[in-house]
Amino acid sequence: MSQKLEQLAAQAANGNLNRRDFMRRAGAIGIALPFAGALFSPSAMADTPKKGGTLVLGLAGGATTDSLDPALALAQVAGMILSAWGNTLVAIAAEDGSAQPELAESWEATPDAKSWTFNIRQGVKFHNGQEMTAEDVAKTLQRHSGEETKSAALGIMRGIESVTATDKYKVVIQLKSGNADLPYLMTDYHLVIQPNGGMDNPTAAIGTGPYKLDTNEPGVRFLGKKFADHWDKNAGHFDAVEIRVLNDQTARMAALRSGQVNAANLLDPKTAKLMSRLPNITIENTPGKAHYLFLMHTDKAPFDNKELRKAMKYAINREEMVERILHGYGSVGNDIPINKAYSLFSDDIEQIKYDPAKAAEHYKKSGHTGPVTLDVSDVAFPGAVDAALLYQQQAKKAGIDLQINRLPSDGYWSNVWNKKPFCASYTGGRATQDLHYSIFYSSTADWNDTKWKRPEFDELLTQAQVELDTAKRTALYRKMAVMLQDDGGAIIPMFNDYIDGLTGNVKGFVKHPLGSMSNNKIISKCWLA
Amino acid sequence: MISVIIFAGTELLPGDVAQSILGQSATPEAVQNLRLEMGLDKPAITRYFSWLVNIFQGDLGTSLSSGRAISDMIGDRFSNTLFLAASAAIVAVPLAIFLGLIAVLHRDGIIDKFISITTLSMISLPEFFIGYLLILFIAVDLNWLPSSSIIYDSMSFGEQLKAIALPCITLTLVVLAHMMRMTRAAILNVMSSPYIETAQLKGLSSFKIIFHHAFPNAISPIITVVVLNLAYLVVGVVVVEIIFVYPGMGQLLVDHVTNRDIPVVQAVGLIFAAIYILLNVFADVMAIIANPRLRHPK
Repeated sequence: MSQKLEQLAAQAANGNLNRRDFMRRAGAIGIALPFAGALFSPSAMADTPKKGGTLVLGLAGGATTDSLDPALALAQVAGMILSAWGNTLVAIAAEDGSAQPELAESWEATPDAKSWTFNIRQGVKFHNGQEMTAEDVAKTLQRHSGEETKSAALGIMRGIESVTATDKYKVVIQLKSGNADLPYLMTDYHLVIQPNGGMDNPTAAIGTGPYKLDTNEPGVRFLGKKFADHWDKNAGHFDAVEIRVLNDQTARMAALRSGQVNAANLLDPKTAKLMSRLPNITIENTPGKAHYLFLMHTDKAPFDNKELRKAMKYAINREEMVERILHGYGSVGNDIPINKAYSLFSDDIEQIKYDPAKAAEHYKKSGHTGPVTLDVSDVAFPGAVDAALLYQQQAKKAGIDLQINRLPSDGYWSNVWNKKPFCASYTGGRATQDLHYSIFYSSTADWNDTKWKRPEFDELLTQAQVELDTAKRTALYRKMAVMLQDDGGAIIPMFNDYIDGLTGNVKGFVKHPLGSMSNNKIISKCWLA
Repeated sequence: MISVIIFAGTELLPGDVAQSILGQSATPEAVQNLRLEMGLDKPAITRYFSWLVNIFQGDLGTSLSSGRAISDMIGDRFSNTLFLAASAAIVAVPLAIFLGLIAVLHRDGIIDKFISITTLSMISLPEFFIGYLLILFIAVDLNWLPSSSIIYDSMSFGEQLKAIALPCITLTLVVLAHMMRMTRAAILNVMSSPYIETAQLKGLSSFKIIFHHAFPNAISPIITVVVLNLAYLVVGVVVVEIIFVYPGMGQLLVDHVTNRDIPVVQAVGLIFAAIYILLNVFADVMAIIANPRLRHPK
């Protein structure tokens, strides 16, 4: 046992294990948790951050059309820029996914979870020298939740009735109906606090973040210089951060390999595997909430037939998909859009396995004859066409004739997704289970892309929303997941890891289940050796 | 005419602008609202004429996705594209003509063969392939030059030149063969005329013959092909700009085609067409100036 433990500690010290994995594995070999925690800290935390230097990031996910207005931020470059100049009220901890204080120091709710009070951190300075007050916070939240707002965060702000600053450092949020997850919603990256809520000048990029805007050329480059009065002395170790928009896959890889950038995101799994052998490059793959799907419309023939849906679910070999399409950088899906990256997830739900015999049986029961058509394009997810062809081979063994209709990426999201009854798609994670289900699977969901409408499911969702007892909530979510797995229209073969590449001199990288590049915290938490 | 083709072409692109702007996660109401706001509910003919009228008034319109004026967005990008094209031209044109002269001087010899084979094999490779080869060897393996050519105002001129070195080399290699071969052919054509024979009989050195006697008379087809290649350097760099992440017009065009931001695509298309036409006119004018017979018609 001690030998195994030493091995683990060594792995942790090398940075191959994060705290969460370490604790879990240490637990598995029988170390009491507090003891394991103590073991972890001296080895992995021994490195102290070094100040200075310029961090250069080469990122995909930026366009000339990007705006600096947090309300309109979309994709990773905009998110990273927000994380440079701004802060949210609450942050998600990388270790256990819990809500942690950021600009809010603490919060409490009334027992029905309808009214929430946030205590705002004192003495926090904006880049323009003003002190941040509850008024700024309230205005920010109002700007994102108003009726006519164009904010991308509107979806999560809809439940808010009113936001008021009750004194200089206290904000009260009144909800239309109870929501136990409100602190998690406040972690949304659009909700960075701006002076006067950004009502006067939303694109000024003035916030409380560790870096001040120096240059911004949308779709090309962003340069941020260290903000000396940043409130968190443990964040923002670089003198400057530079973000270069490198949307082209090869350009990004070449820039990383030649050391022009210190880190690059969205590496292609195939190349990442090869690059991991290079001496000066570290590949950081982070298991997260994002996943790939094949969507069946449960209200259209032939997929309104539950037996056929079951047949299609048994006819896919998820392990092979992870191996061949993700090259191992991912985990097997279970036709539930939720995985262990979410809090309140029950990991004891039975895994659906590839079973051609069972698939054939359900297929026979469904009474369906003739081919089943799957619409697919590589824009749905990288390798989608290959995945579909693999699926075709696997389904063949169950006697199902799966026809692949290969489409161009142009117009895929407007003409195919949400229109064709069986197509490929991808989804990023949402902050909470409630949010994910409300957006994609409840009957009234805006983007119910499987057209799956079950009143019983909606009922459980509403029940869970106001349940403050975590054990009961977990049980409710488990029930919903099982329902969805059995009856729903989404086939979820795999959860894809975020794959980032770093040069060897970037230290302090912590995997964050919420997103790539340590959920964009790389610029505030890492340092150059 | 060109405006009709551009307009029709962009109309034919699959997918809906409103949907593309709002993304995968748009609600149907939001898409409908945006369509109305952008006037997409009106018939294409009406939109075409209002677009054309605006263009003649110098108004390129505003971008659908970012709401910025298109002329503002194009300004910087256009000068970047011209910068890259001009740098490539400054290297490529003299080099091509020089190589052409050398080839004539040693025609059918080993140097001529070598020049032809190398330049022709470069033109046979697609430019993205040349670009990737250069990135692999010069940027990644040797680490001499940067692989991505992001340039910005605060860079010094030297740094900017260094940043664009690789795309510049790529473009040079792509256009070299055409100009070199044309120079060679045009001069060889003149070389068979009787007055060259006279010059040879006079005992002039072959370099002098080629440079002083043959070249001036071969200049007009050379100018035509040079200008044609200049036009290609400006409008044909889309692929090269994407590979090297160069912030020019090509990148702008591709970004906005992906977003179905039609006004920007149309404006960029029109500008490219205008450059092409202008350069061709310029070529004709130059050809006339270079040819005394055309300059003094009877």
